[in-house]
Amino acid sequence: MLREIRPAIVLLLVLAAITGLAYPLAMTAIAGALFPAQAQGSLIERDGKVVGSALIGQEFKDDKYFHGRPSATVAPDPNDPTKTVSAPYNAANSGGSNLGPTSKALSDRLKEDVEKLKGENPNAAVPVDLITTSASGLDPDISPEAAQFQIPRVAKARNMPEDAVKQLVASNVQGRLLGLLGEPRVNVLALNLALDRASAK
Amino acid sequence: MTMIGWLQIILFCAIIVALTKPLGWYMTRVFNGERTFLSPVLRPIEAGIYWISGVDEKREQHWLTYTVAMLLFHVGGFLIIYGVMRLQAVLPFNPAGQGAVAEDLSFNTAVSFITNTNWQNYGGESTLSYLVQMLGLTHQNFLSAATGIALAMALIRGFSRASMRTVGNFWVDVTRCTLYVLLPICVVYTLFLVWQGMPQTLGPYIEATTLEGAKQTIAVGPVASQVAIKMLGTNGGGFFNANAAHPFENPTALSNFVQMLSIFALGAALTNVFGRMVGNQRQGWAVLSVMGVLFVAGVAITYWAEANGTSMLHALGLTGGNMEGKEVRFGIVASSLFAVVTTAASCGAVNAMHDSFTALGGMIPLINMELGEIIIGGVGAGMYGMLLFVILAIFVAGLMVGRTPEYVGKKIEAREVKMAMLAILVLPLMILGWTAVGVVYPAAVASMANAGPHGFTEVLYAFTSATGNNGSAFAGLTGNTFFYNLTLATSMFVGRFFMIIPAMAIAGSLAEKKSIPPSSGTFPTTGGLFVGLVVGVILIMGGLTFFPALALGPIVEHLAMNAGNLF
Repeated sequence: MLREIRPAIVLLLVLAAITGLAYPLAMTAIAGALFPAQAQGSLIERDGKVVGSALIGQEFKDDKYFHGRPSATVAPDPNDPTKTVSAPYNAANSGGSNLGPTSKALSDRLKEDVEKLKGENPNAAVPVDLITTSASGLDPDISPEAAQFQIPRVAKARNMPEDAVKQLVASNVQGRLLGLLGEPRVNVLALNLALDRASAK
Repeated sequence: MTMIGWLQIILFCAIIVALTKPLGWYMTRVFNGERTFLSPVLRPIEAGIYWISGVDEKREQHWLTYTVAMLLFHVGGFLIIYGVMRLQAVLPFNPAGQGAVAEDLSFNTAVSFITNTNWQNYGGESTLSYLVQMLGLTHQNFLSAATGIALAMALIRGFSRASMRTVGNFWVDVTRCTLYVLLPICVVYTLFLVWQGMPQTLGPYIEATTLEGAKQTIAVGPVASQVAIKMLGTNGGGFFNANAAHPFENPTALSNFVQMLSIFALGAALTNVFGRMVGNQRQGWAVLSVMGVLFVAGVAITYWAEANGTSMLHALGLTGGNMEGKEVRFGIVASSLFAVVTTAASCGAVNAMHDSFTALGGMIPLINMELGEIIIGGVGAGMYGMLLFVILAIFVAGLMVGRTPEYVGKKIEAREVKMAMLAILVLPLMILGWTAVGVVYPAAVASMANAGPHGFTEVLYAFTSATGNNGSAFAGLTGNTFFYNLTLATSMFVGRFFMIIPAMAIAGSLAEKKSIPPSSGTFPTTGGLFVGLVVGVILIMGGLTFFPALALGPIVEHLAMNAGNLF
């Protein structure tokens, strides 16, 4: 058994160096050369400033923007580091609500938010993804229905014809891959950027 | 449930079946030490590694030596992870300035990664430096996966050899698995993932100013290189807190589909390796069929339950299924399928929050783990776990007809059956034992995020996942406490090694036996009767052991939900 001790130490160190340093560092160099934009985090710049990542959702509260899904992410409480406070779309601390199917807290929040959304657009059914929190709290997408639901509000806030907003939404819908994989969706940040561009014209 | 949903599931199953044979062929060559198309590049590196570490690749080991070598290897692996976590504040590759990780959390994480569990009490982007992610986690993702496959190979050799005292060389198996199987796939896979949008950078977190003028700090890092092995090695520990639900850890529907495939690929291929090594590939297909039956049943139930939604959504007139804790780009079907895949295999990555699943939708992942993660299972671990159940099933069949049972030419006798039972009894001991403590000990009760039966399920899920070395969670439970860090680490340790040692004892005892040719009285183990018998034994064992606990958790919650009760 004693002769197993040398490999236990040396082989471990060699394999750790290969898989824990050489491999990730080499992949960083190669990926950075082949796909620089993705490797850096798919960042979007406007007027020379980073406004976010194409893949990471951000919080929209203003009526003139399309809103993403509710987010359950938190941040440390500035007054008491052992506690946390709600901090939607905190991209440095991802996570979901983890509330279950019989949670009273979840039921109460849903009831309140459904009322709010119904007030905003009484003519359409509330889409389920617009009212539920995502798993990561950073979901960049909403369903096409959730985007259509918000068209009257956004058009009114921007003094734009509803048809123009509707067209923007339609051109931002991404379908399933090969018509099969995934779900149809609208990237909220991309849609809002397009909206700002259209308004600026 | 939709047609397109079912087509995605069927496509997934078809690709796994299609990959099983070529991958099995390649892996068999690797572990038999034969030449492969990568040998011209890798053989010199392999020989160099043996030379420097003093390994004689021709010398094989007795099962005890093999097991001791494996244990020694893990002591070192534990020390590396624990060391870099405790010292990360003074080590390089720490642009976010993360401080030293606490003792109990470092201990839990180190045990978690050497046991291939990868339970996340750590927060990823909020706790760990890039060095810990690479040298601590990525490295052990490789080695714990390679270890699992090595152990499965030792047990398979036990079946395929006759009258021999050795089962292979642990160092050679681990090195070959890492160099010839895991690394080459991960290099290609990493580039694919980056192409799909996964970051791979050592730069600091991004400071963005959102369209509404707020500050947003966006965590990045060397994500893709870790995620590749996290999936392929069925490790599952996330780079980010939200794991594969995080858009950077799973950017697109395609990355999601390929991640699911990579969880199952090697585990499914090992059934073919088994068939080839025992000289009849149909033996491997029979084992894969057992797994397939249980898998498809699980997918159907979870998909149905999640697509159905919950009473509270129905009461508000919301249709479209239970989207709480799910991502839009995956939707109901890809989230349900992922949940069943990740718990059938001992992966534990999640692309949706299992804690927010419906009661029955969340029960299937729980059952998958309680059955011992033998539906494909962890790389290697699933194969040796399944073979333990096969031994029991063959024993039951032998009892029915009153003759000594045989499997692939080996007599299954008292020693094998005792060892198989010992390994399987670890599950209820750790899962039910610690859950009982967790629901009465006040400091543990305070960790529950949900009240009522769902809170109980959170605790049950935690110990099930830890003991099964899965690593997924009902993540509402606050696991980063002294109590859970220690008890979960114990469950992971016992769940891994107290299953391995009896399995290796079986490997040693089988290798020494003579091989007997099949006779007219041999129970055929390639047909539907055998598949049905093994499925039955698995369900009866799991059902008898865990049904009472399930009745207190998800089953009662489902009834409460339908009655409109909230907690």
